Amino acid sequence: MKNLIVIAFRNLFRNKRRTILTSSLIAFGVILVIVFGGLAISFKSQMVGILTNTAMGDLQIHSKGYVESIDNLPLNLTLSGSELASVEKKLKSIPEVEAYSPRIKFGAMISNYAQTSNVRMSAVYPKMENRTVPEFAKRIKGKISNPDEFIKPGEILVPENLMKGLSLKIGDEIVLVATNKDGSVNAVPLRISAMTENVFGPSGKEGYMHIEDAQSLLREDEPEIVEIAIHLQKYDQLSKVYTQLKKEASAPKSQIEVHTWEQLSPFASIARIVDLLILVVKFILISIVLVSILNIMTMSVYERISEIGTIAAIGTPPRRILSLFLIEGFAMGLLSTAAGILIGLGTLWIMNIIKIDFTFGMMNVSLAPSIPASEVIVVAVIVMIVSLFAGFQPAYKASKMEPVDALGHN
Amino acid sequence: MSLIRLENVSKTYQSGEIPVLALKGINLEIQEKTFVSFIGPSGSGKSTLLNLIGCLDKPTEGKVFVNNVDVGIFDRNESAAFRGKTIGFVFQNFNLIPVLTVYENIEYPLLMLDHLPAKERNERVSRLLGKVGMAEQKKKYPNQISGGQKQRVAVARALVTNPQIVLADEPTANLDHATAFKIINIMHEMTNEFGTTFIFSTHDPKIVGEAEIIYSLEDGVIVSTENKKEDKR
Repeated sequence: MKNLIVIAFRNLFRNKRRTILTSSLIAFGVILVIVFGGLAISFKSQMVGILTNTAMGDLQIHSKGYVESIDNLPLNLTLSGSELASVEKKLKSIPEVEAYSPRIKFGAMISNYAQTSNVRMSAVYPKMENRTVPEFAKRIKGKISNPDEFIKPGEILVPENLMKGLSLKIGDEIVLVATNKDGSVNAVPLRISAMTENVFGPSGKEGYMHIEDAQSLLREDEPEIVEIAIHLQKYDQLSKVYTQLKKEASAPKSQIEVHTWEQLSPFASIARIVDLLILVVKFILISIVLVSILNIMTMSVYERISEIGTIAAIGTPPRRILSLFLIEGFAMGLLSTAAGILIGLGTLWIMNIIKIDFTFGMMNVSLAPSIPASEVIVVAVIVMIVSLFAGFQPAYKASKMEPVDALGHN
Repeated sequence: MSLIRLENVSKTYQSGEIPVLALKGINLEIQEKTFVSFIGPSGSGKSTLLNLIGCLDKPTEGKVFVNNVDVGIFDRNESAAFRGKTIGFVFQNFNLIPVLTVYENIEYPLLMLDHLPAKERNERVSRLLGKVGMAEQKKKYPNQISGGQKQRVAVARALVTNPQIVLADEPTANLDHATAFKIINIMHEMTNEFGTTFIFSTHDPKIVGEAEIIYSLEDGVIVSTENKKEDKR
C-alpha cells in the first residue's frame, strides 16, 4: 500500500500545473465552507446568545392563548396564583433550569410632560431577571452598581430610541400611563435610572420597571404574572426541558403554554436560513470536488491507457490498478483539503484578531468568527468521501481495460 | 516436456464488420531456455502469437499451453497472476513508467506482485542493473536516458521477477542498428545466465539471425522454422 501511495502521489505531480489548478479549486471550496461556516455559525450563536441571554430567556411560559395575541400584550391572560405556584414548583424540580423570572408585560404611554409616546413595558424582579438573562445588564447604558438591582421601585429603564425620540436624559422624570385589565387608566411618575440598548426581535425595545410599580400602576392586589422566562444551565438542554414542560402544559387541566425562543423570535427563521446557506455552500463544495476529481482522473486515465496496459501486462492485478487510481483521486482530495483547512482556519484566525463589527437591526455586533472542530472534520470527511466517489468511475474503467487493447493504444 | 505448446491455434479479430484471421491453425512447441524469434512482415501475426503466449489474449480456436497449463481458461485475475509469476514483457516503445526512476521501474513488478523483503528486492534490482549496464543511471528518470538505455531497463524489468519466459514484441524497432544488436545480445546473455526463454518478434532479417530458433510467419501461418541448436548438433 505504501508503494501505491508513493506512486499515486508522483503520478499526481506529472502534470503539475493541472494538479495545482484543480487542487486550488477544491481548496477554494474548502476555504469557502470554513470561512463562510465560521462567520455564519458565529453570527448565529452570537445572535442566539444575545436574544436568549439579554431578553427572551431560553424558554417562556404564558397563560394558554397568550402567544396568539402577544402583539396586544393582553392583561387578562395571566397566570393565576395557583398556576404560578405550580409552575414555580415544577421549574425548581428540573435540575437543568438555572433560573426563571416572572414578568408582567403591558403596553403603556410614556410622557415627558410635553410629548407622549407608546412603550412596551416589562416589569420584573431585578434579581430574578438578572439571573435569567445574565447579559441584560450589558445592554444597560448608565451607571448600575449592582446588576441584581438594576431597577429599583420608582425607577424606569427607557429604551434608547425613545430616549432620543422624547429628548430624555438619565435622571429625568417621566409619567407612565397604562390601562389595566378592567379598563381603568392609571399613571405613575418614575425617574429614568438608565437606558436600554435595543435588541432585535420581541422584547428588544422594551422599557423596564420594578414589578411592585407595575402592580401599583395596574392596580393589582397581587402581581398578575404574564410571562415566565427560563434560563437553562446549558443551551443544548433546550429540547429536553421543553419536552418536559410541554408534557406538563399538555395535561388536561393545565392552563399554561410553553414556547422556546425559536418559536417566539423571528430570528429563528434567519437562523434557519443561515443553516440552509451553510448547507448550500457545502453542496457547492461537493459539486466542485466531484467535477474536479472526476475530470482530472478521467483525463489521467485516458492519457495513460498504454501505461495501464503495461502495468496490467506485467501482472498487476486489476484491483491494484483500481487502488492506484483511487488513491490518486483521494490524494488530490487530501492535499486540497489540508491546504484549504489551513488557509481557511488562518483566515478565521486573522478575522478573529481584527474583529468584525457591524450593526444588525439596531444592535451592535462584534463578530469573532470561529468554527467548531466537528464542522472542520465534517468538511474534510465530505471531501474525502466525494474524492473517492468521483475517482471511482475512472479508476474502475482503468482496472477493466484489457491489457492487449490498452497496449495497442497510442 | 515443452515449456510452450500451441495446438491448432487460430485467432480471428473483428475489424468493424469484417472478420480478420490473424492466425491460422498454428502448432508449435518451444522448449525451456531457448532464444526464439518470430519473423515476418507487418500483419503476419507475430504480435498476436506473442499476445496469446503471454496470456494477454485468448485464441478463437485451439489451445495454448504454458508450463503444461491451458492458459485459455484463465479469467482476468488468474491471467494477471500467471503473467506476473511466469512471463516478463519487453515492448517496442519501452513502456517505462515516467514518474519512476530507472531503479524504481525495475523494482515495480516486485512491488506489485511479490511481497519480497526490501533487502532482497534491492539485491535483485541491483544485480540486474549491473547486468544491463545501467547501475550508474539508476536514479535517472526515463526521459533522461536514451532509447537503448530505456530498452535495457525494460529487459531488466522483465527479468526481475525471475520469469521462465520473456516476450519481446519488436524490441529493437525503435533503436538504431548497433543498439539493437546490443539489446539482442543482452537478451541472449540473459537466456544463458538465467535460463530464461526469450521470444522476440522482429521484421529485421539482420537481427533475427541472433536467435536460436526462428519461426517465419506470413499471413498468420508459420511458413518455415529454422533451428540452429539442432543444426549445430
